[in-house]
Amino acid sequence: MTAIAIVRLKDLFPLIMLSGIYSLLSSGFFVTMDAVDVAFTEAAVGAGISTLLLLVAITMTGRTEHPVRHKPILALVVVTITGGLLIYGTLDMPIFGSAQAPVHLHVAPRYINDSMQEVGVPNIVTSVLASYRGFDTFGEVVVIFTAGIGVLALLSVVPRPVTVAKINSLNHLLHEQHLILRIVSKTLLPFIMLFALYVQFHGDYGPGGGFQAGVIFAAAIILYTMLFGMITARRVINQSLIQVLAAIGVLLYGSIGVVSLLNGKNFLDYSILAGDPVAGQHLGILLIELGVGITVTSVMIIIFFNFAGRREYLQHLKKNNEGNNDTSC
Amino acid sequence: MLAHLPVLQVIVPLLAAPLCLFLTRPRLAWGFALFVSALAFVISCILLQQVMSSGIIIYELGGWEAPWGIEYRIDPLNAFLLLIITAISTVVLLAAHTSIQQEIPRERQTLFYILYLLSLAGMLGIVATGDAFNVFVFLEISSLSAYALIALGKDRRALWAAYQYLIMGTVGATFILIGIGLMYQMTGTLNMDDLSRRLPEVEHTRTVFTAYAFIIVGICLKLALFPLHLWLPNAYAYAPSIVTAFFAATATKVAIYLLIRFTFSVFGLTFSFTALPLRLLFLTLGLVGVFAASTTAIYQKNVKHLFAYSSIAQIGYMIIGFSVSTTTGLMATLLHLFNHALMKGALFLALCGVIYRIGSVQLKHFNGLGYQMPYTMAAVVIGGLSLIGVPLTVGFISKWYLILAVIENGWWPVAVLILLGSLLAVVYIWRIVESAYFKSPLPGRGNIKEAPLSILLPVWLLVIANIYFGIDTRLSVQVTQAAAMSLFGVGP
Repeated sequence: MTAIAIVRLKDLFPLIMLSGIYSLLSSGFFVTMDAVDVAFTEAAVGAGISTLLLLVAITMTGRTEHPVRHKPILALVVVTITGGLLIYGTLDMPIFGSAQAPVHLHVAPRYINDSMQEVGVPNIVTSVLASYRGFDTFGEVVVIFTAGIGVLALLSVVPRPVTVAKINSLNHLLHEQHLILRIVSKTLLPFIMLFALYVQFHGDYGPGGGFQAGVIFAAAIILYTMLFGMITARRVINQSLIQVLAAIGVLLYGSIGVVSLLNGKNFLDYSILAGDPVAGQHLGILLIELGVGITVTSVMIIIFFNFAGRREYLQHLKKNNEGNNDTSC
Repeated sequence: MLAHLPVLQVIVPLLAAPLCLFLTRPRLAWGFALFVSALAFVISCILLQQVMSSGIIIYELGGWEAPWGIEYRIDPLNAFLLLIITAISTVVLLAAHTSIQQEIPRERQTLFYILYLLSLAGMLGIVATGDAFNVFVFLEISSLSAYALIALGKDRRALWAAYQYLIMGTVGATFILIGIGLMYQMTGTLNMDDLSRRLPEVEHTRTVFTAYAFIIVGICLKLALFPLHLWLPNAYAYAPSIVTAFFAATATKVAIYLLIRFTFSVFGLTFSFTALPLRLLFLTLGLVGVFAASTTAIYQKNVKHLFAYSSIAQIGYMIIGFSVSTTTGLMATLLHLFNHALMKGALFLALCGVIYRIGSVQLKHFNGLGYQMPYTMAAVVIGGLSLIGVPLTVGFISKWYLILAVIENGWWPVAVLILLGSLLAVVYIWRIVESAYFKSPLPGRGNIKEAPLSILLPVWLLVIANIYFGIDTRLSVQVTQAAAMSLFGVGP
């Protein structure tokens, strides 16, 4: 139902809200399918941060969709064929939940039976993601870093210097608007951040880890920015520092791989990091999760600041143009 | 350290990218990127030499053995691809500083080099890995950076071109991901070697057929096979000139590699060519692609567009070689992969010089350029001759093997059509030669100087490679033969 509503709607604001709900619902599905980690990520990314980013985007593009007159027959044919093929493919799939499915018989038994002795982390998902297939996760972190750099390369504008007097007047103004919202969220912020830290460092015992924690932490900062304005937020969070942090997260992850290389082991073999191989694995996972968390947080903040900064810049241009027009008249 | 070369090949540029962020001066970032790319080139040379002398190299990432962990698996085929990518990237970077300084604002130049390195690392990662999901992860790295690089073009239409590419590329990547997911569901493994052993048990199922169809269509979107090529011409035409040279010579090659890897190594030859009428389909699409794209190229007014369409035609030739699916056919495809990288690298870099001097690549602005920029235009002419397939250039070698493969199979009409296709190339190359040498310059244009040495040098490096490998084919033929043989499961 939500999906149909999303397709039919022309107003972008409820559309974004609905897609957030859609993500929340699908994360509910994931929970019932016992994929708690996936559900957590979907809730944090799909329902949380992407909704926020889309909201910033519509402040720039305007709220309503432009009506377009075209008959997308070709697109309909392609979509039908694709969908038909997908359904055709499901016909021979192993029955859902069947213990005899190939997925449960080949690589999974070792993950389930031996990961505790080999990696020493109770959450199997974490040990697969961070150790057995740690290189994929490294790749994912680089993907996020790439996204951040891409946004910087295309959208970045140099912020104009702001005087102290202006900030004071702005603060004064802020005290009058949305007072309740501000105070409530201000009290919430420390708890959101604390929760993010818990998710970050508890990923090896329960669902969670660097990706989710990074997103939650970034959401806290974005919330602050939305309520108190870009100018105040910029004074709290230094732009060049945040870029350096994004790089440092990737480098932290990579350098752990390099440490194992230098000790004669293969890239990302954490067992060398401590005297006992299992303790080494555990330490390695904690460190790389930290790297993931740092990069994800900073990239999310970079993306948000550049989106919002762009909007500010456009408004500034508009104001200048109007000013010019006035003088010419 | 020699044992770690397979992983160093990828992580050196991958880790260099974030390090680049600390170099705020564009000149430093450029020097660093060039150094890293050259280092990657040296590594790929050693790897190729090792593979040719002692067979497949396997590297277990994280120290976990194959189906549980991820492995890098270097055989003659991907060692050859690694060499092409790193070589082209290094040569193109030589010219980058001069050209980028003019085309991209100063504060974005460092970011440009970061994205360039990421794109390079992504392509190397796709090629080196022996794990199907790892392919997807690195595909994302290379594609995301590619979208951003293309959007950095000076022309505002670059944004729209990058957006189109983003949509098509994402659809392609999603299709590949769906295919990989379905394969995992049926076999419980993501390792390519393991997949090739476990897929035959379940190859009659509809799910595996669907997986195969999704992967093939996804890859064909990425490699701009006619009629899925619509994103390519604008993306090439409006990207910064350096980016065009880099991508035209490497990006579609990586997609062709994936096509060969999935059909030959993962699904296996017998399944690949019986599940779908792939031979006939690819032969037809390849031939139609050659003719349609070459004909469109003739009518282009923008020389970058012209060469972009010509690239689509050249992809058609590679696909024809692939559809023959014999050792010679595959050799023809792989040779053309290498040779086309040399031609298009040289041609687009030469255009980079033209843009540097006259700021445009409209055909009418080429009038009289043969006398004002003699070395650059000579390079364009030699590159064009190579594109046509004139003897003593690399283009001749690939056409020769392609026709050999087609005739071996008894497809005479196809051989004739390939020759006709080359005639179309003569026409569009002639249009450039005509305006450059036989028309007088546009009035009101001042004295135009030859392109700067920093661009001319890499252009001529590639032009000389075009001629050298057209005469001395030992390296390319030996390696492609080994690669083709190993794909058919014979020889080392």
